[in-house]
Amino acid sequence: MHRFLKLSAFTGAIGLLVVFYSFYLIKRPIRSNLRINIIHLVGNRELKLDSVTYHNGLNQAYTVSKFKYYLSNFELINSNHQAIPLGEYFLIDEEDPASKKIAIKNLPSGVYTGISFLIGVDSLHNCSGAQSGALDPINGMFWAWHTGYIFFKLEGKSTASKQAGGNFEWHIGGYQEPVNCIRKVNLNFKQKKSSSLDIDLDLVADINNLFTNPKVIDLANFSSVTGVEKATTIADQYSQLFYLR
Amino acid sequence: MSNKSSYLFILFAVLIAFVVFSSEKEYFSLLREPMKLSLPKGFPTPAYNFQKNKLNAKVFNLGRQLFYDPILSADGSISCGSCHQQIAAFAHIDHALSHGIYGKIGKRNVPALQNLIWNTSYMWDGGVNNLEVQPINPITNPIEMNESLAHVVQKLNASVKYKTLFFKAYNDSLINSERLLKALAQFTGLLISADAKYDRVMAKADTFTTQEQQGFQLYKVKCANCHPAPLFTDNSMRNNGLPIDTALHDDGRATITHQSGDKNKFRVPSLRNCEMTYPYMHDGRFRKLKEVIAHYNNQSKMERNYDRSINKIGTLTAEEQQALVLFLKTLTDKTFLYDRRFADPNNQ
Ligand code: HEC
Ligand code: HEC
Repeated sequence: MHRFLKLSAFTGAIGLLVVFYSFYLIKRPIRSNLRINIIHLVGNRELKLDSVTYHNGLNQAYTVSKFKYYLSNFELINSNHQAIPLGEYFLIDEEDPASKKIAIKNLPSGVYTGISFLIGVDSLHNCSGAQSGALDPINGMFWAWHTGYIFFKLEGKSTASKQAGGNFEWHIGGYQEPVNCIRKVNLNFKQKKSSSLDIDLDLVADINNLFTNPKVIDLANFSSVTGVEKATTIADQYSQLFYLR
Repeated sequence: MSNKSSYLFILFAVLIAFVVFSSEKEYFSLLREPMKLSLPKGFPTPAYNFQKNKLNAKVFNLGRQLFYDPILSADGSISCGSCHQQIAAFAHIDHALSHGIYGKIGKRNVPALQNLIWNTSYMWDGGVNNLEVQPINPITNPIEMNESLAHVVQKLNASVKYKTLFFKAYNDSLINSERLLKALAQFTGLLISADAKYDRVMAKADTFTTQEQQGFQLYKVKCANCHPAPLFTDNSMRNNGLPIDTALHDDGRATITHQSGDKNKFRVPSLRNCEMTYPYMHDGRFRKLKEVIAHYNNQSKMERNYDRSINKIGTLTAEEQQALVLFLKTLTDKTFLYDRRFADPNNQ
């Protein structure tokens, strides 16, 4: 009898534990992650720095030696068309493959139909003084004399360039009108995605788009864009740079 | 009251008076924890507050060491203090254009560093928007310190002295550009000047001479529009009529905005300590206050797009010009110019 009591108390306790644990499992919010794999293409070929010659919309030959830019202020759009801010600042650099795999942890739960983000850095963080991480001025994406982040760099060589050595360079930044180069990108998912699973995206930047969309860019006229002049034209081009695959 | 207790009472009163008196002029104390900034009476709310850069005596001390250390320059020859000298209110005494690394001459006159937390922008052209990021300019400018920020951080990480100082300041061993810049901003941000004779007169603790008083009246009518008290600048960008220097071709504000209307506009500098900050203007063209006043007095020789509020200055008699200069000299703040907390720590 004594023994039986002991045994049933023991199994009872175990049983309760199992019940509580399964409650816990059900109740525990599932925290999934957003993982974005960034792919740099020229047309349908993967971008190769320096070694491959490409041709733009005007059939001007060019090579790319640097492709580096900020993505920030990510938002997921839920099925009620609400934007759920995720924040974050990422510096993407073709030379650093690790920078092309970005992740945002602990997504708020929901069903999402799309994503948006800024190319560049919001005005507040252009005025916030010394910062670290992606926004550390050490990263070479900061203008000291006219404070602000360089949002976007594309450098290379082109036979069409009027610069010494055939170099061309685009250093685009500016957070204040009339030279506001922050661009917001909105992309819809092909199918709704629930945060009950990790969300994986392939985000493609096609450099061809930079030369053709919305305007056709002539590298002879745009061989050096590093200040105020023509910056917003290039910003309009990079606003069309990305799509989801 | 017995003799003894009255002595004690007097001692006590003197002590209280001393504390009250000294705390009026010391806007911060390095001995009190947590460190607190009390603004000079009548000063507006600063544009830069220390909310994200918590005031701390050890961080201030780190900033002071860095300010006076040529480790921030490429060849270890130039420190911030080489160009910004305390006796000149942290301008460069007697140098029209800045002298940088390898003896190179800069494009602009070294401005005073004082009351910087009230600036709404920095540099003669207002191109810099936050005190913390200003030092990236001199550090990386090829004719000033010619360094890279990344390499400075590397050098600091390799220095036993700075390993210790950063650890003391931040309680861990991380040395990065953010901490370097924030420490510099604690030092430069606390360079507060508000204890000139002018301030004591305003506080009714002193009186102007007749001539100073006359100068003060003239200043209020003719200069205060752009140089209003208590900061003696309205932080705006203006064209004060200086004929264009055809050798330097400095477009001022327009170099930042590329707007033709901003050509020859420069940030209005404070007049505080101007007795000591000579030579004057963005290119150091005037050596004496007399020459500055003579410039304002001769509107017919001014660059034609000058700010029309200058017309109020009209013509000043020789006596009035003299009075203005004497008034400007009441803005000299010896407490600030000789404050040991701002001095080169290597010379103490
Ligand atoms: C080679 C001389 C030189 C050195 C070294 C130098 N400065 Fe300066 N500083 C200048 C000049 C010149 C200006 C004005 C620049 C301009 O307007 O374009 C200036 C401007 C400033 C300003 C802006 C003041 C205002 O009211 O707008 C600050 C703050 C400053 N310097 C701090 C520093 C610090 C901190 C260091 C060290 C990291 C430093 N400087 C090193 C010459 C120098
Ligand atoms: C329209 C606005 C305006 C008025 C009015 C004005 N100033 Fe100025 N002042 C400026 C500007 C702008 C500068 C800097 C110009 C430059 O360097 O190019 C300046 C510079 C100065 C400087 C040089 C400070 C330094 O550190 O280099 C002094 C001194 C000065 N002003 C005194 C006066 C006096 C005295 C009066 C009245 C008689 C006066 N100002 C009236 C706008 C003004």
